[in-house]
Amino acid sequence: MASSLQQVISVTAMNIRSIPSRLGTSLVIVVGIAGVVGVMVALLSMAKGFELTLASTGRDDRAIIMRGGSNDELSSVLVREQAQVVLDAPGVAKGSDGKPLAIGELFMITDVAKRGATSPNNVVVRGTTARVFELRPEAKIVEGRMFTPGVREVVAGRSAQRQFAGLNIGDKVDVRDGPWTVVGVFESKGDVHESEIWVDVDALMTASRRGAYNTVTAQLTSADAFQGFKDALTSDPRVTIQAQREPEYYASRSETLNKMITVLGYSVAIIMGIGALFGALNTMYAAVATRSVEIATLRAIGFGNGPVVISVILESLVLAAAGGIIGGAVAYLFFNGYTVSTLNMQTFSQVAFQFRVTPDLLWKGVIWACSIGLIGGLFPSIRAARVPIVDALRSS
Amino acid sequence: MKYFPLIWAALGRRKPRTILTGLSIAIAFLLYGMLNAVNVAFNYGAEMSGVDRLVTTGRYSITQILPYGHAHQIRSLPGVTSVAASDWFGGYYQDQRNFFPQFAVEQEEYLGMYPEIVLPEQEKQAFFTTRTGALVAKTLADRYHWKVGDKIPMQAGIWPLKGGGNVWTFDLVGIFDTANPKDRGQYEMMLIRHDYFDEARQFGTGTAGWYVSKVKHPSEAGTLAKLIDNTFANSPNETRTDTEKAFNQSFMKQLGDIGLIISSILGAVFFTLLFLTGNTMMQSVRERIPELAVLKTLGYTDPLILALVLGEALLLTLISALLGLAMATMVLPSLASQLPGLSGLTITLPTIYGALGVAVLLSFIVGLPPALRAMRLNIVDALMGH
Amino acid sequence: MSEAIVSLRGVTKNYTRGKQKIEVLQPLDLQISQGDFLALMGPSGSGKTTLLNLIGGLDQPSSGEVNVGGQRIDQLSSRALAQWRSHHVGFVFQFYNLLGVLSAEKNVELPLLLTSLSKAQRAKHVATALEIVGLGDRAKHKPSELSGGQAQRVAIARALVADPTLLVCDEPTGDLDRKTADEILGLLQTLNREHGKTIVMVTHDPKAAEYATHQLHMDKGRLIEQSANA
Repeated sequence: MASSLQQVISVTAMNIRSIPSRLGTSLVIVVGIAGVVGVMVALLSMAKGFELTLASTGRDDRAIIMRGGSNDELSSVLVREQAQVVLDAPGVAKGSDGKPLAIGELFMITDVAKRGATSPNNVVVRGTTARVFELRPEAKIVEGRMFTPGVREVVAGRSAQRQFAGLNIGDKVDVRDGPWTVVGVFESKGDVHESEIWVDVDALMTASRRGAYNTVTAQLTSADAFQGFKDALTSDPRVTIQAQREPEYYASRSETLNKMITVLGYSVAIIMGIGALFGALNTMYAAVATRSVEIATLRAIGFGNGPVVISVILESLVLAAAGGIIGGAVAYLFFNGYTVSTLNMQTFSQVAFQFRVTPDLLWKGVIWACSIGLIGGLFPSIRAARVPIVDALRSS
Repeated sequence: MKYFPLIWAALGRRKPRTILTGLSIAIAFLLYGMLNAVNVAFNYGAEMSGVDRLVTTGRYSITQILPYGHAHQIRSLPGVTSVAASDWFGGYYQDQRNFFPQFAVEQEEYLGMYPEIVLPEQEKQAFFTTRTGALVAKTLADRYHWKVGDKIPMQAGIWPLKGGGNVWTFDLVGIFDTANPKDRGQYEMMLIRHDYFDEARQFGTGTAGWYVSKVKHPSEAGTLAKLIDNTFANSPNETRTDTEKAFNQSFMKQLGDIGLIISSILGAVFFTLLFLTGNTMMQSVRERIPELAVLKTLGYTDPLILALVLGEALLLTLISALLGLAMATMVLPSLASQLPGLSGLTITLPTIYGALGVAVLLSFIVGLPPALRAMRLNIVDALMGH
Repeated sequence: MSEAIVSLRGVTKNYTRGKQKIEVLQPLDLQISQGDFLALMGPSGSGKTTLLNLIGGLDQPSSGEVNVGGQRIDQLSSRALAQWRSHHVGFVFQFYNLLGVLSAEKNVELPLLLTSLSKAQRAKHVATALEIVGLGDRAKHKPSELSGGQAQRVAIARALVADPTLLVCDEPTGDLDRKTADEILGLLQTLNREHGKTIVMVTHDPKAAEYATHQLHMDKGRLIEQSANA
């Protein structure tokens, strides 16, 4: 008699070769699990895309400074004196002009409709200066030109321009105190800033009749300089200030939405998975039943129970894995790169991001599929090995 | 129906298979019930908002600030019965993650125009007489174990106190509920007094975030909205006014098409389910061909055979769907308590009708092909195959 | 001599398999009188089951007339034929063909569901039928709990319950041992002699033929011999 491994291989091969004759019921597992994995991967890729957009924003050696106690740029207020303290703090790098490379910025919301719709959406207006491209070298103008200082002109982030209406060069968009003209489009490697529109900070201050900034973003001499920089600021009695590394801040702004979508994704995956499990059990029980004579014959000949059990489980795994791969592939084909924009409640502003079907998500899908397939094959396989050979041979 | 025992017995033919299929269907409808409840909750807010209330914000964004003077001008317009200034306090209790809305409002006008909010008269009066008073929704009080008389410290997210302090302390003078329990999700908030807020904050004194106005005749709401905006057109502080309902709807829209996402998920789930159950039905009918042939020999007509097979599909699907909905009903309350703003999560009657409709459709799609096959079988061939 | 209850004239039955036309029955004429117990015999492939199916309204002839109880059943639509069967024919098969999920009495009740009888009336008829076949005490058992002979009795009770014109039996004893087969055949004979039931039975068993009143032999789709038992 062949070794256990050889037995497993030959029985499994026999089972799998006979799948085409049981195509209908086998497809039940494949399609069922493909559905589960497809939905799960699609939902998780939404969370992943959102997370990546925010997490890829900023650099370790840049800091964002806000009022102590504020959680986000919109609610922070920094008066000019406080901003000056930041510029003078230790660890701030010097720009090409010899002055500290830090910009006091305004952060506001303006209502813009999405393309093809009329209801307003909260689009971020960031008041900044021409030095922003030195401060944020990952950003560059790709169409048109930068706004002129003091003039009511707008450069729109690429994602914003795509998602919202009226942000093409030459269009007019309401910012504050009337319409402003779009003169350029910028890209910044797909991070959260691409969902914003940028204007001149002084022009915005005048138009909105504000006297203070929202935040200051500062380039540090190095990532290590952050601690010293932060300590200097938080110990200064003149100001209530907090400093964060940019990536930390932006990542923290994705937590809530991320969690919601992830919880939704996993919950649906689990519930659907249970449903698919029942389907898999059904199919495998039927598969085992229709081949009970075959299996019994093999056992009568002398094939061990172990190989029989393993072969049934393997068959179920193969079908489930196929379903998992197909589901992941479908999710990838339909969703990867698909851009959506939604309201990030944590910043009260629209963020555009892409569904990102990453390899680790596809892998998760396959693992989930195989878990379902494993259990789906386990119980029927045990039943197949337990039925007395004589009974099984008699039933036909 | 006299054929019921026959249909029922047929389902019991292979109990494990029937039960497993039934459970798959039940799970799908569990999801249906839950996701639908969430969908309804999201849209309910927009549906049920007052049609006799207007919201006036800055023209460019709700985040803009408006001068207090606007309140008087709006109030003087014919058809407007009262105006309440409001501000978004934007703080948090202990932890950033404990999110709930806090509004600074003109207390008497605001409570006067929101009959949806109900609370004991003495608590209402306490709010009117205590400057540092606060009212909270019952669901919040339960969640954070607050009782009337507590002092509640709130971290300022936006508005520091004069002098730079960050912690505002309010006296909890009342706990309110909503007249209709379904509204609870809408009104899960804290209310503080605008006069105290305005006076104690470091900056922004003399302004409001937005104004809510009550109109005498809802039919005039549209015209009044335009009138308000015209009043401030070409002034340094232009406004945009809309009914509360329209305002809430457009806010909901910002969240992206939740309905679309939910429908897509349900679509995927049901398609998958179709496949699972369709296959089981086909299997089951295939096994029963000889039996069905016997029934035909007894004189059971083709249409009757069709009806019997369809009836089986229908019975199984309906029972399983109801089971799934029952499970959803049990699960929802605990889910709702975890999700802020969705405390009103329930299975509504329209959801149940919708589910039953889907169940019937599903059983037809799944049951018809095997039923037709059963109907068309040739008696002689089927008996020979035995 | 009683009138013919079954009358076939010029009846043929053909099948096409691919390009070939197979003639299962040559044009044949047949008369069966009321109260006859006819045994149809012949080698396999002789067409006896096909003939039985035509008499029982399970199939339609390719040509010719089939007249049962005064009705031209060859002219009925399949729906009308189904209805006709429910009133006029009772079938007994070799492998009983009972529904495994139903109890004996529920199996017997099946034909009655097609009528407008009330539940109580149906129960009465079922009880009577089960008593006639001697199975009153097994009413609640499932087929899997019955012996072969008992199952066949249930099948006969089912065939009887709607009081049909004709009992049509296809190898009713084919799956039974000698002793049980004799019991069943005895039961059929009793039904014929004491209850006046007209029975047409296909059988391989020459002993079975002895219970009948008439015998008919077939070969290659033709009637080759007709005789009456004493």
